Parts: sequence; structure tokens; C-alpha cells
Amino acid sequence: MNGLLITSLFIFVLAILLGVELIKKVPQTLHTPLMSGSNAISGITIVGAILAASSDSLVGLAPVLGFIAILFATINVVGGFLVTDRMLKMFRKR
Amino acid sequence: MINPLQTVLGQAGFGDWRDIAYLVAAICFIFGIKKLASPKTARTGNALAALGMLIAVVATMINLHVVSYTWILIALVLGSGIGVVLAARVQMTQMPQLVALYNGSGGIASALVAIAEYAHVDRGGEAMGASSLFIVGLGALIGCVTFSGSIVAAGKLQGKISGKPVILPMQMPLNIALIAIAVVLSLVLMLYPGAWWTIPLIVVVSLGLGITLTMPIGGADMPVMVSLLNSYSGLAASAAGFIIMNKALIVAGALVGASGLILTAIMCKAMNRSLANVLFAGVGTADSTGTAGRESSFGGTVKSADPDDVAIILDSAQRVMIVPGYGLAVAQAQHVVRELSDQLQAKGIEVMYGVHPVAGRMPGHMNVLLAEADVPYEQLLEIDPANAEIDRCDVAMVIGANDVVNPATRHDKNSPIYGMPILDVDKAQTVFVLKRSMGAGYAGVDNELFILDNTLMVFGDAKDTLQKVLTALDEV
Repeated sequence: MNGLLITSLFIFVLAILLGVELIKKVPQTLHTPLMSGSNAISGITIVGAILAASSDSLVGLAPVLGFIAILFATINVVGGFLVTDRMLKMFRKR
Repeated sequence: MINPLQTVLGQAGFGDWRDIAYLVAAICFIFGIKKLASPKTARTGNALAALGMLIAVVATMINLHVVSYTWILIALVLGSGIGVVLAARVQMTQMPQLVALYNGSGGIASALVAIAEYAHVDRGGEAMGASSLFIVGLGALIGCVTFSGSIVAAGKLQGKISGKPVILPMQMPLNIALIAIAVVLSLVLMLYPGAWWTIPLIVVVSLGLGITLTMPIGGADMPVMVSLLNSYSGLAASAAGFIIMNKALIVAGALVGASGLILTAIMCKAMNRSLANVLFAGVGTADSTGTAGRESSFGGTVKSADPDDVAIILDSAQRVMIVPGYGLAVAQAQHVVRELSDQLQAKGIEVMYGVHPVAGRMPGHMNVLLAEADVPYEQLLEIDPANAEIDRCDVAMVIGANDVVNPATRHDKNSPIYGMPILDVDKAQTVFVLKRSMGAGYAGVDNELFILDNTLMVFGDAKDTLQKVLTALDEV
């Protein structure tokens, strides 16, 4: 294991622990928006997809896979944030 | 192109300036989720998370070593278009399916990123570390399971695939074997970096695993499965992050992974079942539901009431608790429920809603439906506060819920749902159960609530019934 991997593992584990603390506080009422909103956040893979699609040449498998990945990740990101907002707009006080 | 900002940051020892943008994005995600904890700040939180995403995407797009942006932009525009249309068109009752589909999209994207990195590095002849190669396999595994599992879940929720649990022979050994094959293939890839053929095999095995994992999940267990798939989509993003060594992916993926895991745990606890039991026991299948589908068989008389009776009793009540279930969503009755509670409140009757954590098909499903119908969220009580109020309620009105109000869970050790925390509606003075027929609940268990002395069954479509109650209430 090299140092870079260990650093990443640290970040990963700490982020999980932080996530657990944050999400424990979300009330049942907001569980659906939490799920669709966090789901949109998992679309961060779009960054990886763009990098994959931006190989130096346009031939080869990586750019094609990258293109498809961007497409799916964008659906996830854009749709996820929008539908979450649509839901949250409806939550109102008396 | 030399970027002045890059020069300054480089001299200061920050390396790639884009990493700073990714850090800002991660902070936005964290505060975004934090703000999702209250209805007052939730919208801001969501917008903040979206801003973080925008920052990450823009930072990635600038200074990209790319021949042409054309295809990237085409994919971004096309994906946004599809996302916008889906988000704008979906009905609130269809939300579980949509979230499942989004989950699947994220999952397959992460799997493709993992595979593309291998394809890219392999072609360039650049050596990939052994651990990265293993994670390529793992990322493909998790991403593909998320994808096919989510498609099956969405199909079941939409009614395109039977919502009934389908138990395959050797269910558990089969799933374990599929996972083992995928892991072994990943190890082969790690030891022999040139063994590209392992990747299509991992993809096929994982897609199959997603299907075999999800097929045995019945409708009422869907909240658990949707939560679990949500968690997987995060872990898949993290795996992709490990491969391309991008910390934004690792952090964001971990946050979502944690979120899904917690929701999964909450849902399992609300049913008093272990995750393994939900995944493999197939509650609601033929043998556990020897009684499903037929008219109630157990002793006791069922009393029924018509909408006029309901109106008269409601009119003389002081406190009413409404308990919604999946049947409310099916009947699209959320708006007429709101009208009814408005009218009751106009008569000075106090109305509250008792919402069980697993009512509906995803965590918080009922809350979203009632919010759509403009029910203020303060009227929605979680299980414990609802049970604290129930003894003082004159009327409990159960609309399309069944297992979550079955008193047998408290004493019948033979019941498959024994020990599940329920809403104690039987402790109200009068209980109305709005239901299509006497059929058993999802778990295939007869509901002894229906034969209690203080229970009155109101048969028919919930929306229809409530409409009639409303009319009758006008005339009382």
C-alpha cells in the first residue's frame, strides 16, 4: 500500500463517520428528499466521467465509456437536485 | 496554457488548483446535507449541494486536455435534458421508482468510470497499481449491481414486473457464489494487469447479481432495498474516486454511502427484522402467505360501516388521528384526505397524522405525498409521539395501511411480523379501516385489528369513500 492510498482511505473512513453523524439528525419527514438529494450528490462521479471522456485522442474505448458515463451521471445529478427541490418546495408550515 | 492561479498555488505547494475546487465542493456537500435536517433549511441545503456539484464540474472542464469538447458537451446537454424532463413530469406517488432510476444511473456511471480508467491506462501502457486494479473490479461490481438492482426495483414499483417476491432456488448460496466469482475475477485482474477479459465477466456477473438480489424483495420491503441501493450508488462513486485518486468522489460517495446505510438500518429496525432477513427470507411469498388472497379466516365478527356512519362519528369527535399507508398512494387519495382534515378542523376538531417509518414504498414516502397535498408537516407525527397521543383520540382512521397497525405484532409469537413496532390505533375509541377488501396484508398475515369491538371496516376505494364522507359531513 502506498501513501496515497492510505491518505484516501483515511478520507473515506472519516467521511463515512461524518456522514453518519449528519444523517442521524435528519427527521423521518425529510427521508425521501434526503435520499434523492444525497443520490444526486453521488452523481459526483460525473467528474470522473468527464476526465475519462477527455482522453488525448477520440479513438479507443475510454472516451466512449466516458461519454456514456457522463450521460448517465448528468441524468442523476440534474434530475436528482431538481426533483429534490420540487419536493422540498411542498413542505410548509401551518 | 499557463494559468496564473495555478502558478501561485503551485509555488505555495498546493499542486493542482482543481483540488481546491474539489475541497470547496466537498464542503458544500457536507453543509448541504447538514441543512437537510430541517424543513426550514432543507431547500437551501439542496441548492448548496447543487452549487458544490457545479463548482466541481466547472473546475474539471477548465484546462481539460482534450481534443474537442463537443462530445462532452453533447453528453452533458442530453443528460440534463432527460433529467429535467423526468424530474418535472414525475408524480409524487411515483417518487420511489424515480429515485431508484436515478440511483441506477449513478451506479452505472461509476462502473463505467472505473472501467474507462482501466481501458485508458491499459492503452497508454502506463502501469496501474495493484490495489487500483482490484478496485476497478470492485467498482464495476458495485456499480453494476446498483444499476440492475435499481432497474428491477423501479420495474416492480411501477408494476412492470410483479411486485411479489420471487424466490429463486438456492437464493442465498447463488448470491454468495456470484459475489465470490466477481471478487475472484477482481483478484485475477490485480495479479495479471493484462487480463482485460475479466472485466466483461465481472460486468455480466454483477448485473446478474443485482437482479437476483432484488427479485425476492416484495413491495413492502422496498423501503429497505431502495435505501440499500442508495448506499451502493455512493460506494460505487467512492470506488471510482479511489481509482482516479479524486478526493471529491471519495468524500461525496462516502457521505451517500453512509446516508443509505443509516436509512437501511432505520427501515430494518422499524420492521424488527435483520437486513439478512429482509434480503433473503422473502416475506410475502407463497408458503408464508398460505392465507393471502382469501377472505379472512380467523374467528370473530367484522363490523362494517358506510361513509354516512363515518361522517356522523367524525362529527362528534374531538381528536382524530389519520394513519396513511401505501393504499393512500395507490388511490391517489392524499388531496381528498387534506380536504377532509380541513373540514374537520373547521368544525373545531383536532386532526393529526400518525406516520409509520415503513408506510409506503420508500423512506418518508407518506410525508412527501401529504406535503404535496399541502398538509403542514407539524401535523405529521412519528411513531412514538403518535402512540403517545393515540389513547386520547376519539377516532383513528386507517387509510390503506395494514401490517403497520396489526396488534398481533405485540403478542402473537407465530406471526412473521411479531415484534414489529406498530401504531397502536386499537387504543383509540373508534377505529375506521378504509380498505378495498378483507384480504390479508402484504406480509400475508390476517389483521386482528379488523375484528376488534371498536373497529369498523369501510370497504371501497379510499378516494371514493373519503369523497362520500366529505359530502355526508356537509349534511350532518
